[in-house]
Amino acid sequence: MNRTPSTLHACWQLFQCESKLLIRRPMDIFNPLLFGFLVALMFPLGLGPSPAELAKLSSGLVWIIALLSCLLATDQLFRDDFDDGSLALWLLSPQPMYFLVMTRIFVHWLASGFVIALVSPVLAIMLNMPMQAIPALFLSLLIGSVTLIFIGAIGAALTVGLKNSSLLLTLIILPLYVPVLIVGAAGVQAAAQGMDVLSYLAILAAFMCLAVSLAPLAIYGGLKINLDAG
Amino acid sequence: MNPIIQFLFKLGSPHWFYRATGWLVPVFAVLTLGFISWGLIEGLLFAPMDAKQGNSFRIIYIHVPSSFVALSCYYMMATLAAVYLIWRTKMAEIILRCCAVIGASMTFISLITGAIWGKPTWGTWWVWDARVTSMLVLFFIYMGIYALSKAYEREELGSKAAAILALVGTINIPIIYWSVDWWFALHQGATLKLTEKSAMESSMLFPLLIMIIGTYCLYILLILLHSRAEIIRCEQRKSWVKELIK
Repeated sequence: MNRTPSTLHACWQLFQCESKLLIRRPMDIFNPLLFGFLVALMFPLGLGPSPAELAKLSSGLVWIIALLSCLLATDQLFRDDFDDGSLALWLLSPQPMYFLVMTRIFVHWLASGFVIALVSPVLAIMLNMPMQAIPALFLSLLIGSVTLIFIGAIGAALTVGLKNSSLLLTLIILPLYVPVLIVGAAGVQAAAQGMDVLSYLAILAAFMCLAVSLAPLAIYGGLKINLDAG
Repeated sequence: MNPIIQFLFKLGSPHWFYRATGWLVPVFAVLTLGFISWGLIEGLLFAPMDAKQGNSFRIIYIHVPSSFVALSCYYMMATLAAVYLIWRTKMAEIILRCCAVIGASMTFISLITGAIWGKPTWGTWWVWDARVTSMLVLFFIYMGIYALSKAYEREELGSKAAAILALVGTINIPIIYWSVDWWFALHQGATLKLTEKSAMESSMLFPLLIMIIGTYCLYILLILLHSRAEIIRCEQRKSWVKELIK
């Protein structure tokens, strides 16, 4: 008799389990947010408090803050599961790793990228962004952060077995963030000048599709190497 | 077996590769020396002075070839990464690691000569121009791959991780180039263009072509030397290496 649960069912169970873990450790969600607000505090201190200056730079600044918080949150993505052996069990399970990895990262995105996109209007107001750009900021971060998290997860998978990997993770992942940052920040800038942002969001969505469909393959490869099954 | 496939199989073995490429090293050393000195003499002494940039344009004879090699080195590395991940060829792994170092150095040379060239022509060492920026990103990608390959205690795992990152970069690099170009078009405030790209005078172009050939020879020579040294290091416990050293 075939007792193997369907892939969909397995992914749903993984989703529930990971969500529960997250809810019971809320600091994992808050730490990247706190970091984001702290960086937002540093910019006016370094650049001067002039509202006009900040308004001009704000689209890029908020995007950079979001990008760094996503990156920092990603470092721990597979660490616990790797240390306690759950990842090895994923590899042994009859379910395809591709979908398990995708579910795991989706939960992670809900707790990091999604939350950062939710609070980004507050950051934008703190940095004096023009009001008409804020919906564009929210939407571009909502779509763009998926790409950021999936690309970041490649780095997390490749460095999961290493000690002190966070600097290395930043080193290998930040160059890959260049296109998302350019398009996202330019879209918000365009919205601030009252232009149409749909084309920017479309490009971000295209990046998202590419990242969501291809990144799990690289992540799977990276995890396999670190579990010494590659 | 098909002789081509047989050849490829042999190419994958470090021992065979080491013995078979021994004669190539002096050949490429002579070629490199010949082409580069010919190109440099032609370029630095005989090519006419540029009407607008004077003598400072002559750094093009180092800048352009090193940029060429820096880019094509990445494609070679990505191909080797795929070969390594699919067939686990030992030689692909060794050359892959060499490519990361040599590619990073070539990108670095290209960036430095670009900065030196920028001072007299643009009036500043560094400009956030589209090509400069994408070259800088490429440099960081090379360094990331190199750092990752060195981060693991077991070399083999490091190479595998680096190979995966190289393949991820292959998908990303065209997107990065496109987006940086587009970003530059968007933000182009003060135009700091080089003199309009007119067709190069053939007397200026000829030394450049020679230098490009010379730099490719240098690249092959470096790959050969570096990978042969790596082979010896990796296979130091094998009997053929012990005999060789004795």
